[in-house]
Amino acid sequence: MTDSLLAPPDATGRFGEFGGRFVPETLVPACQELEAAFVDAWADPVFREELDDVHRRYSGRPSIITECHNLGARLGVRLFLKREDLNHTGSHKINNVIGQTLLAKRMGKQRIVADTGAGQHGVASATAAALLGLDCKVYMGAVDVERQALNVFRMKLLGAEVESVESGSRTLKDAVNEAMRHWVANVADTYFCLGSVVGPHPYPYMVRQFQAVIGEEAHAQMRGMTGALPDVVVACVGGGSNAMGIFAGFVDEPGTRLVGVEPAGGAAIGHGVPGVVHGMRSNLLQDEVGQVEEAVSISAGLDYPGVGPEHSYLAQRGRAEYPSVTDDEVVEAFRLLSETEGIIPALESAHAVAWLSREAHGIQGQTVLMNLSGRGDKDVAQMMDILNGRL
Amino acid sequence: MAGLEAAFRATRDAGRKLLVPYITGGYPRWQDAVRACAANGADAVEIGIPFSDPVMDGPVIQAASHTALEGGATPAKILHEVPHLDVEIPLAVMTYYNLVHHPGPQRFAANLQRAGIAAAILPDLPLEESGPWCAAADAAEIETIMLAAPTAPDARLPLIADRARGFIYSVGLLGVTGERASLAETATDLAGRLKAITDKPVLVGVGVSDAVQAYQATRVADGVIQGASVVRRLMESGPDAVGDYVAEVRAAIDAD
Repeated sequence: MTDSLLAPPDATGRFGEFGGRFVPETLVPACQELEAAFVDAWADPVFREELDDVHRRYSGRPSIITECHNLGARLGVRLFLKREDLNHTGSHKINNVIGQTLLAKRMGKQRIVADTGAGQHGVASATAAALLGLDCKVYMGAVDVERQALNVFRMKLLGAEVESVESGSRTLKDAVNEAMRHWVANVADTYFCLGSVVGPHPYPYMVRQFQAVIGEEAHAQMRGMTGALPDVVVACVGGGSNAMGIFAGFVDEPGTRLVGVEPAGGAAIGHGVPGVVHGMRSNLLQDEVGQVEEAVSISAGLDYPGVGPEHSYLAQRGRAEYPSVTDDEVVEAFRLLSETEGIIPALESAHAVAWLSREAHGIQGQTVLMNLSGRGDKDVAQMMDILNGRL
Repeated sequence: MAGLEAAFRATRDAGRKLLVPYITGGYPRWQDAVRACAANGADAVEIGIPFSDPVMDGPVIQAASHTALEGGATPAKILHEVPHLDVEIPLAVMTYYNLVHHPGPQRFAANLQRAGIAAAILPDLPLEESGPWCAAADAAEIETIMLAAPTAPDARLPLIADRARGFIYSVGLLGVTGERASLAETATDLAGRLKAITDKPVLVGVGVSDAVQAYQATRVADGVIQGASVVRRLMESGPDAVGDYVAEVRAAIDAD
């Protein structure tokens, strides 16, 4: 497996030249402790069985795959959706959170702190904390608190404390900053539950491992349903955890094309250059001196100027490609999947639909596996405003 | 100008405690604030180059950084002003690693050297990641001040002390910059642990919030860094208030 593109990062936490551990000195021992705890847990069959058990009996794994006959016929492809939207709490985020909270408990931590953009990771964190009897605090940008009010209420209902972040662009980037500051101050008893394949080592690797269940299931399911592997695997990319999760099943399958779809206003790989923020070296939207630029996306979950380091690595190696789609294309795609298949996607996941809708002409007759990372219930109020009068 | 560490060792060995105020570069009248520090007993000044995402900073320094950035502050503009400050004490810069990484460590180090900066503090660049920067800084004779935190196990402190140039920044508490009602016990604990393993100057920063706390910290440490308490005065009342405050802290730490 040494030739695998999916190998663990090196001893410094790098995938190629991306990743690392750029954190305040205060957090270095905590990151080292976490790395050791994760490696130990991941190799422990008891932990893995516990994780699988929660997945099966609580989250609803394995998630099914749905073939989209209507939209597939319209686009001229054979289209399959990996239904992470059907997980408990409505997105792939629960996969990572169950893993991290079980690890937090194993490490003897009583409190978790989380960042959230759209609120899906925050809701998943609050859910897992309720299940496992942990205290939970969630940092969320003030802009996102506004546009995802339903998720804020859900988190509170689940017993979590939600802190609205007023600094910077008041979105996901600033929620991560504030969660990191909280961690610096409370590192002794608090577990930092990062929501994506971002941050200092071991987070990008650990979160990818917790999300890899998506790709592993899908690999077997596609073989079973079609007798072959898909020609194209496509997923949206903000930080990139759902994409890394499904890519993990196919990275070492050279016949499968990997497509990560970024929002046009937050295309870290498409328009960024390597930089260092949130503990990692990866592609980053930044100005001419290195100040981090604000991402602008219709989707709170993708409103992030950076991207997981493993995506920068896969892009540099030419293994995955990272096109972007506009907010307008996303709105159309949101409607398209709803109308043709009776599935309302999360705005994040609608980015993948938008790419396929735009590019299907170039892949006629091919088999496409799309990760439907979340359901769109949380976005319905926002879409009512946007589509008002157009339905 | 002689190096920061040489100057600090000489001062310490002469029996005087070290005082390093922090000023956010690019904030209105920051140059006068640096001069006020120098005129009122500072041994060096730490000039912050504002970054968009300052994870080690609390609300006061975040707000000052934000104001400076809104006003168009850039690393180049701030460094361009440094030779015109016309102060006799060594100057250090504090910034976050992306502003070094973007131009590249060698170019950034050369820019500091050209401006007459003696030392640099990069709070999000821990020991394990510091290699490329330290090589460039050493070559440009920029002293890299390393941070040590209360969370460090004993085995880690000598590694940090070995790599530190200028002085060792002993982080006073678990948390980000900002004023606290009292000096945390961790401040003197860590300073004591460091003093036991190194003869490099040890200064306590983060959470040293007034003259009394500065006095308490310097009973163990060689000196203090004063950040949020200085910047708050700059924001509320301007450079003269900064000078008055630095003089007050100076008098406190000079007391027997």
